Amino acid sequence: MKGATAEKDASMQKQKEMIASHFTELARVKDTGKKVVYTFVPGNLTELINHFGMLPVLPEINALQSGMRGKSAEYISIAEKAGHSEDVCTYVKTDIGMLKAGNIGPTGEPLPKPDLLLLSYTGCFTFLKWFELLREEYDCPVIMLHVPYQGEGEITPEMRSYVADQIREVVIPQFEKVSGVKYNEERMREQMRLSVRAEDDLVWVLNSARAKPSPIDSWFGGVYYIGPMFTSFRGTQDAVDYYTMLREEVQERMDAKLGPVTPDGQAKEEKYRLVVEGPPNWTSFREFWRMFADEGAVIVASSYTKVGGLYDRGFRHNPDDPIGSMADYCMGCYTNLNFPQRTEMLERYINEFQADGFLINSVKSCNSFSAGQLLILRELEKRTGRPGGFIESDLVDPRYFSAANIKNRLESYFQMIEAKRKGAKS
Amino acid sequence: MNVCVGIDLGSTTTKAIVLDEKGRIVGRGITNSRSNYDVAAQVAKEEAFTNVRFSMLSRALDEANVLGKDLPQFEIALRRAFDLEGYLGQLDRLELHCREDLAQGRYGDLTLALSGALSTIIQRLRKDAPKLFAPGQKARSDFFRDIAGAGFIEAASELARAGGPPFDRIVGLFDRSIIPVENEQEQRTFTQRLLAACKRAAQLLNGDSLQVSKIVARVADTPLNPVRLVGTGYGRARLPFPKDQIRSEILCHGLGAHLMFPKTATVLDIGGQDTKAIQVDPIGVVTSFQMNDRCAAGCGRYLGYIADEMNLGLHELGPLAMESKHRVKINSTCTVFAGAEFRDRLSAGEAREDILAGLHRAIILRAMALLARSGGVKDEFTFTGGVAKNQAAVNALRELVKENYGEVTLNIAPDSIFTGALGAATFALRDIEAGAPSSGDQRLAAAGAIRDSHNHQHQGGCNGDHCGS
Repeated sequence: MKGATAEKDASMQKQKEMIASHFTELARVKDTGKKVVYTFVPGNLTELINHFGMLPVLPEINALQSGMRGKSAEYISIAEKAGHSEDVCTYVKTDIGMLKAGNIGPTGEPLPKPDLLLLSYTGCFTFLKWFELLREEYDCPVIMLHVPYQGEGEITPEMRSYVADQIREVVIPQFEKVSGVKYNEERMREQMRLSVRAEDDLVWVLNSARAKPSPIDSWFGGVYYIGPMFTSFRGTQDAVDYYTMLREEVQERMDAKLGPVTPDGQAKEEKYRLVVEGPPNWTSFREFWRMFADEGAVIVASSYTKVGGLYDRGFRHNPDDPIGSMADYCMGCYTNLNFPQRTEMLERYINEFQADGFLINSVKSCNSFSAGQLLILRELEKRTGRPGGFIESDLVDPRYFSAANIKNRLESYFQMIEAKRKGAKS
Repeated sequence: MNVCVGIDLGSTTTKAIVLDEKGRIVGRGITNSRSNYDVAAQVAKEEAFTNVRFSMLSRALDEANVLGKDLPQFEIALRRAFDLEGYLGQLDRLELHCREDLAQGRYGDLTLALSGALSTIIQRLRKDAPKLFAPGQKARSDFFRDIAGAGFIEAASELARAGGPPFDRIVGLFDRSIIPVENEQEQRTFTQRLLAACKRAAQLLNGDSLQVSKIVARVADTPLNPVRLVGTGYGRARLPFPKDQIRSEILCHGLGAHLMFPKTATVLDIGGQDTKAIQVDPIGVVTSFQMNDRCAAGCGRYLGYIADEMNLGLHELGPLAMESKHRVKINSTCTVFAGAEFRDRLSAGEAREDILAGLHRAIILRAMALLARSGGVKDEFTFTGGVAKNQAAVNALRELVKENYGEVTLNIAPDSIFTGALGAATFALRDIEAGAPSSGDQRLAAAGAIRDSHNHQHQGGCNGDHCGS
């Protein structure tokens, strides 16, 4: 157990170093002359950005980190003073507020201005508006990659070539222009080989939650595990090393039949295995996690850890077809799936991970997630016969996290699972 | 007798239900939740236990048939005498605390005069007490502080006018002593108090008072053993129970509603602070529920604000709304905006009853949305919580349920306030049946002799067992 804890610290330490070095590089762009691209997590073209020696900045991640650092209330208030209504997505307002407060990043240094805004997933309409606001602030070129919604539940060859053509004809030439670097397909294949290695290990880690007890928490813990993959590191040796390390640690925990590590140390008995739909709340992240951990509830699968790609459902970047697989990637992120696809995915998680129930955290900010969640809930109840729970909060606006009420709902939900179990036995 | 106890610590009232081993309701208690949940739980529990003994006594007297047709009259007299005994005990303690206060030396030259005034007042309160608790006399309040306080102030005022110590100095004695009095145990055991009460009540009898006293003593001494307690409600975390004896109020309400109306499929509970829509299976297990996490619009408190705004009692709103001829359409159910909404409509020339009818419909519309989210309204449909007592709200609900879900049986129990406590008590009983260890707390387990320190009055309608399973 001691060994496992030490190993865990190793992967976490590695991730911290990777992030720190990324922010150091961002702070040094004035000296290095590296170009900076602001972009989003869903449908991110990380390999491509790295290919041109550019550095990505992810405003969503900045917003969630501001939430975790207790800064979002202040940033949101600055944005609201600037005229953004209470109903606007709180990621947007946190980002705008942070920008107006000097755009100070997590290291305490100002983030560099973008040389390019890359909108590579347009399934979220708010993303469009968000970058429209940033364009006003920075006066830099914007690339808008139009990504068709999987309304019919599939990616057709036409959809694929539509996106691939845009990458080839719009994104790459613009990147070349801004960076002064030429696109090299052979080098891109190399990057993608590294992507695939890390992707394989991430999938292994996520699937480890099929074990009983699950060695990981796939939501609260999961958000750390997806970090390098969904942000700036996919397609790098660093990411490969991180996931190798993580996989070994999880394997050790599994061998020792240990549950996940929680904010208060080693998880106690695994009493409830849950599938969760929706993002977590970031402003009370640890408090929220504790509400589960204290009751012995472990999240064995979550949709949120798929916002940056459905690797566990088989998607891989493809060294033999880099641009085609980038197109598939942009169209395949979770919020670009239609309702039947989302429902089916959650149903499979519930069954494959032997969950006792599923829970929806409906966040006020994100309609890409929240619209239709109750329909999904009803459908899943019907298909799986397992109890569904529904709680409401927000991403980074602390005003919408009512701890007493949420705790009350969760306790009721866990007791409902317990009562159903007893009912089933009698 | 072994019993199971359920306690529901709500935001406004605390309720207790006592079940016997067969799951029959044998006692109920209710008190205001006050700022001290521990005391509230204790008072409700003791009230319920007192209730249990009175039910047992009724049965025993009935079986012995010593009183014949005088039994109902005797029961009432005994209960009032019991309450009187409690009141007199508290008066003794009030005097004691006031004297301790006087002995602190803070009153200087006034000490002697205040001491005399105190004697006069307490004497007068004692003298007046039997009238206050006479059978048929309507209780002014359920609480010692209100009943004794009113008499104390009246007497203090008279004494001051007649040249005694200043009014505020006399009343200051009461103010400083009342809280310790409320939070203290009575010196006498339950049996002693009941026997004293029996002596008083027996004076009204023509029958065999000796035999009655014997039966009363036997019942009072029958050990009452709370084998398990389960707590629920907002204050449940404050209950001194281990975690496995605490259940969420959603589960308790679901089960309670099922027990009251076994065909219940959907439950709506509109309480002071939240609205719950609950679906239960045929054995009363909750299968899904919805509550609002981000906003409390449309809860019972909304009507409370409106009542304050109109300077009316909460219970007066429903009847007034029922007089409406042309309901006003109201959209906002924000509790804080309720007052503004109301004033705006008044200034637009709308009638009060029409606005009220609109407000009632608005909160029920909000509940309908929650019901829809939880899976809709299924047959049968049970409505609980404080708002279920409001006929205008019930009518709006009936109408909207019919519009949206067709004909559905709507159940409302007159004692639906005990729904959560009933569910909790039943969980306690089921835990015992499933082999959970007995875990009644020692103070209560030891108390075949329960010390009723709070002179809590009996509340009407709580001694039947018509909502047992």
